[in-house]
Amino acid sequence: MDSTPDRTPAPPRVSQRFGSAWRVVRSRRSLILIALAPIFLAGCQVPTFGAYRGATTQGRDAFKLWQGFFIAGLVIGGFVLLLILWAVFRYRKRSEEIPRQSQYHRLVEILYTVVPLIIVSVMFVFVVITENEVDATPKGQVQVQVTAFQWGWQFYYPATGKVVEGETTEAPQMVVPAGETINVSLKSADVIHGFYIPQFNYSRYAQPGTVNHFNFNILHNGVYRGQCTQLCGLYHSLMLFSVKAVNPAQFAAWEHNVPSNNATIGQLKARIKAGGPGA
Amino acid sequence: MTDVIIPVDTVVGVAPPLVTEEHVSHAHEEHGPSGILKWLTSTDHKVIGMSYMITSLALFYVAGIMALVLRLQLTSPNASVVSFQQYNELFTMHGSLMLYLFAGPFAFGGLANYIVPLQVGAPDMAFPRLNALSYWLYLTGSITMMLGFVVAGGAASFGWVAYAPLSSATNSPGAGGDIWIMALILTGFSAIFTGVNLVGTIFYLRAPGMTMFRMPIFTWNMLVTGILILIAFPVLTSALIMLFCDRHFGTHIFSVQGGGSPILWQNLFWFFGHPEVYILALPYFGIVTEVLPVFSKKPVFGYKGMVFATMAIAALSTGVWAHHMFTTGLVLLPFFSLLSLLIAVPTGIKFFNWIGTMWHGQLSFTTPMLFSIGFLCAFLMGGVTGVMLAAPPIDFFTHDTYFVVAHFHQVLFGTAVFAGFAGLYYWYPKMFGRLLSDKLGKWHFWLMFIGFWVTFMPQYEVGLKGMPRRVASYPPNLGWQIYNQISTVGAFIIAISFAILLWNLWISWRRPVLAGDNPWDAHTLEWFTTSPPPHHNYTHLPPIRSERPTWDYNHPEAPSIVGHGEGKRLEKAKLS
Repeated sequence: MDSTPDRTPAPPRVSQRFGSAWRVVRSRRSLILIALAPIFLAGCQVPTFGAYRGATTQGRDAFKLWQGFFIAGLVIGGFVLLLILWAVFRYRKRSEEIPRQSQYHRLVEILYTVVPLIIVSVMFVFVVITENEVDATPKGQVQVQVTAFQWGWQFYYPATGKVVEGETTEAPQMVVPAGETINVSLKSADVIHGFYIPQFNYSRYAQPGTVNHFNFNILHNGVYRGQCTQLCGLYHSLMLFSVKAVNPAQFAAWEHNVPSNNATIGQLKARIKAGGPGA
Repeated sequence: MTDVIIPVDTVVGVAPPLVTEEHVSHAHEEHGPSGILKWLTSTDHKVIGMSYMITSLALFYVAGIMALVLRLQLTSPNASVVSFQQYNELFTMHGSLMLYLFAGPFAFGGLANYIVPLQVGAPDMAFPRLNALSYWLYLTGSITMMLGFVVAGGAASFGWVAYAPLSSATNSPGAGGDIWIMALILTGFSAIFTGVNLVGTIFYLRAPGMTMFRMPIFTWNMLVTGILILIAFPVLTSALIMLFCDRHFGTHIFSVQGGGSPILWQNLFWFFGHPEVYILALPYFGIVTEVLPVFSKKPVFGYKGMVFATMAIAALSTGVWAHHMFTTGLVLLPFFSLLSLLIAVPTGIKFFNWIGTMWHGQLSFTTPMLFSIGFLCAFLMGGVTGVMLAAPPIDFFTHDTYFVVAHFHQVLFGTAVFAGFAGLYYWYPKMFGRLLSDKLGKWHFWLMFIGFWVTFMPQYEVGLKGMPRRVASYPPNLGWQIYNQISTVGAFIIAISFAILLWNLWISWRRPVLAGDNPWDAHTLEWFTTSPPPHHNYTHLPPIRSERPTWDYNHPEAPSIVGHGEGKRLEKAKLS
């Protein structure tokens, strides 16, 4: 904004009001700090900002985008917040005098329209790049067909015909090899469910009538918890599962040993109905 | 704009009376019946607006108490404050009451109904009887929705979005769901009628001199809101009728078994649902744009920029519905991401305008001003996280988690509550001729402001850790409990702040402090008439030559100066 003095001589602010002067200095310093924050942060390890780093290559990509968006949000949000705070502290009422009744400032108006447009366009480019990486579904080594139902999961391995399933009382575990590309196809037997593995930074709806396809490339062995995110009825909060990533050799052994469990989802649901979750 | 615009006629006399002395003497008398019969039969926009506000505030408190029960349930991983079924009913009703019955109706049925005719210098809404019908439909719908709790099987429990096929007759049997649908059809029609009324009033009943670009921003935003209502609500009402037919007449519109499509419900619902978000936001943006200039003693910084930003937001809001559906995988088009990101631009324009309005002003921190600044902070946070959610790869792992819960609560709490109560404190003297206690108002604000951050900030973090929304229990070993407990403490701080508001209202009712007609030295037309206004609002009007007729009338020496640098040059020339 314009800094030309008001119509009347400015009140002796700085000399008499050390409090406000200090606030001025302090807010300027924090402005600089926040503006420089990304540079400092880039020097060392960029923090996670609360999110998981991502246990899959896809999750890693999403995580990087998250970091970028978070830093952008921090800088832009911080800048706007400082402007608000500056206006609130600097222009608080000091006299009964009516301030200059000025409106409009063409340059400022153009700036605050064009600059955000540019920022948003740049962000969009990164969004599209990341989305293409995350959503790519090349053919992988292992296929798993996931079927969600009220209130549990069925994991079917078409290559060997093996099935793992479970519901609220015994959360099922999907075992897959780490380091290989896993093709997941996801559908639902009844209502819409959400297939969500927090550490993979990924979720997708399991829907009746349509099949969703996506890939995982898990980086390290481990057990990763998962949960239904989309409200699916009474026991939505108990609809848990997990993914266990093992070495390819261990996976082959597991696949060989897993008992053939051919219960259909219909039978499973009947069992749940008879016993009731938590029974 | 290159020149200084000073009202041509700076000699401000008494405007020619609109009505004769005879009428004036009757104007202050009550027309029609009084007492309870007045509330039942009135077609006066002020009475209807008041009824709307009282009803929606009562529902706000009810929904708030539901939120407290939900928060209590989450203080420990396996609490049994309520059963799973009750929990699902409670969050469904909390969302439905807050979104359909409070945030919207409080703004477009309550405040706008009361204020818009006053701001444009009209004696009433364009269709007073339709207006009354709106209110009675709304009240009937609200009562219908509450009745869900007393039917067998309980209230609707499929969430406020009622996703098919969870909302089908098989998956959600019982009258609760039907009652919910019927209630929303009733309130949906009520909203449509109010939209018609607002648009009609603003287009046809403006006082002489009140051109479109002299309307207060609040009225502008209500015009755009009215148009958005007409775009969005018919879609919801139609979709609800389809859902009802699916539940009862076997139409299979949303069920796979009959060749229907569950995703169609989401497309229809969010085609309503996202404009609805702005139906809930734009009126509140308008309130803030009324409050900030008054307490900064300056005109709105970029008035026209504000108007165009509002229109841009409304236009974009009709093309972003699928960002609620990224994780369906079926509408994963970059188009929806781009349009969602673009909404940040006009919203940013609004932010800079609000800041520009305060810049070089003389800010007095009355209660409405504090609530408006609170809105700026809250909405800024909600807006920044909203931009993150517009990116599908980020949405994938935050969708349906507490991250999203925190985001939309910060946005909606920021608008409907911070800005909404800024409006209540601001216009209360206009409606009753009494002041609310500023001291209690500040207690209300600060408690609510603190409670707001304590409640919602931990929800972002617990959401990123993987806690889904709408869960009645959670695994105990994941460290989620502490975040939930902090959040619950915050919710109770907010609750205390709203007890203070009740106390404040009670005091002003019992021991009124008279406000006078224009206690804030406000700018817009509604402050020209008496507080409370007479039956048909105005006995005479000031000359309307700018966006601020009342200010021009009271401060003929300080008109708006358009064009920043140019204005200064001209002034310098005048001085030398």
